[in-house]
Amino acid sequence: MPIASTRRVSRTRREVLHFLQGIAYLSPVIVLFTVFIFYPLVRSIVLSTFKTDLLGRPYQFAGAAQYRQIFKQGFGESLVITLKYALMTVVPEVALSLALAVMASWSLRGIRLFRLLFSSPIGIAVASSSVIFKMLYSPNAGVFNYLLRLVGADGINWLTDPKWALMSVAIVTLWRQLGYDTLHLLSGIQSIPHEIHESARLDGAGPWAMFWKITLPMLSPVLMFITITSTIAALQSFGPINILTEGGPAGATRVVVYSLYREAFFNYNFGLASAQAIVLFLIVLVLTLLQFRRFERSVFYQ
Amino acid sequence: MSLTWTAKKRLNTALRYALLTVAAVAIAFPIYYAVVTSLFTAPETLMYPPKFFTTRPYWASYKEALRRAPVFLFIRNSFLVSVGVTVGQLITSSLAAYAFTFLRFRGRDTLFFVILSTMMIPWEVTLVPNYMLINKLGWVDTFQGLIVPFLADAFGIFLLRQWFLTIPTDLRDAASIDGCGDLGFLGRVVIPLARPALGTLAVRRFLTVYNQYLWPLLITNSNTRRTVQIGLAMLQWDESVAWNSTMAGVVMAFIPTTIVLIIGYRQLVQGLTAGAIKG
Repeated sequence: MPIASTRRVSRTRREVLHFLQGIAYLSPVIVLFTVFIFYPLVRSIVLSTFKTDLLGRPYQFAGAAQYRQIFKQGFGESLVITLKYALMTVVPEVALSLALAVMASWSLRGIRLFRLLFSSPIGIAVASSSVIFKMLYSPNAGVFNYLLRLVGADGINWLTDPKWALMSVAIVTLWRQLGYDTLHLLSGIQSIPHEIHESARLDGAGPWAMFWKITLPMLSPVLMFITITSTIAALQSFGPINILTEGGPAGATRVVVYSLYREAFFNYNFGLASAQAIVLFLIVLVLTLLQFRRFERSVFYQ
Repeated sequence: MSLTWTAKKRLNTALRYALLTVAAVAIAFPIYYAVVTSLFTAPETLMYPPKFFTTRPYWASYKEALRRAPVFLFIRNSFLVSVGVTVGQLITSSLAAYAFTFLRFRGRDTLFFVILSTMMIPWEVTLVPNYMLINKLGWVDTFQGLIVPFLADAFGIFLLRQWFLTIPTDLRDAASIDGCGDLGFLGRVVIPLARPALGTLAVRRFLTVYNQYLWPLLITNSNTRRTVQIGLAMLQWDESVAWNSTMAGVVMAFIPTTIVLIIGYRQLVQGLTAGAIKG
């Protein structure tokens, strides 16, 4: 039937036009992601299985040998250090920011000023915070050691003692992240409907019971969210390490990103650096998938 | 009970203020100490026990910092890069979010999923190939090299799409009857309605980019392009520079972000709420 077929033609034509329009709107993103994310990701995978020359050109297929080699060169220790570092930052970070958020949610006069002060580290960049903490950590005239001596303890070589260096670096990251996490949790607390607390109060619940039975369970999605995002952020830490310890003392703070940075830009071994990058990718992938499962639900089924 | 109800309430309030004050002092202390140290003389920074305030601020620390390094130039570079990335992302994210919300075409949902999936790729994983690419393009030590790789971002698209979804599609039909095309509808209706979300994205992006360290460390090598975070680290590595001038540099570097934080505080909180509740 001629009419039906023209109709079909015009329908395909319309579909093609709609498709082209959609692609046109998306083209900047598609081009940028292809050039700066998808292509480099594939390239990283390729480089990780090749031996590379000093200019980063792959010259010989090595398969899994590169992966075996990074572990022989101590990448396993880097992974352990990175996980320890993540634990050291994330656990106290979540606990402290929860306490701060609860405090910031009190309805008192002038609470806005406290909220601003609690979130003030957001305004200080990672590199600036590291420089400030380097001064606070200084072994002789530094404030931290002064405070320790004030309470009768001995000063610590914060950045040069292998026992303390990782924790000292973690403290900087922790301090910087507190601002974001507190704001996050605060908005979570504020979004809990007032009536729930009100009716619990009428039922005779005290503040502790209300915190454990209402606030904490209602906050669990936000807590989960900040735990995963801060873990991922901790796994990617670089600035404080580069500024405060340069991976030292004796490799005590050689986290994954620092290790791959040295491998690529000091040893010029792009192949080995890429193998390290791919391992980091796999770890972050697993963590993000955990987050994504909930994320997807809210995107597609809300 | 020996205490009356009001006395108990007063005590409770006082305790709360005390707790808040202790916490606020602990958190803001590093920032406060950076500011006062920038007003010490060089010998004062080495005093023991350390000084915690000064009655005679020594402003020459700032002059010394500026003499050691072109701090204003570094701040300008950081500012330009942050603004460039922010504006670029607002444009690319608005266009993409519009397509994902208002346009209907084959493969749309697949593309949305592919774009969201880039959030799973830590930026450091693509660092080496990106560095090689920027090198090949001749973009080392240029603003393009600092800005272009960051012009698109999945989070921005997601955030704006969430907001665009709240705009009724009837509005688009009405607009198209009035002869307003998609670009017109986006520019005249959607963007103005989505101002809060755009504000959130802008504040977050500005702070993130100003904070960047590894990428500018790798691809800048002259003062004319070096960003302030890299410049500060250099100031600090120079043993002959005393803490007072280093801190003067730090303080100058955080003035722009502090201003953005204070002006954009509301936007930032709104955006976090969106992320927290939806995430």
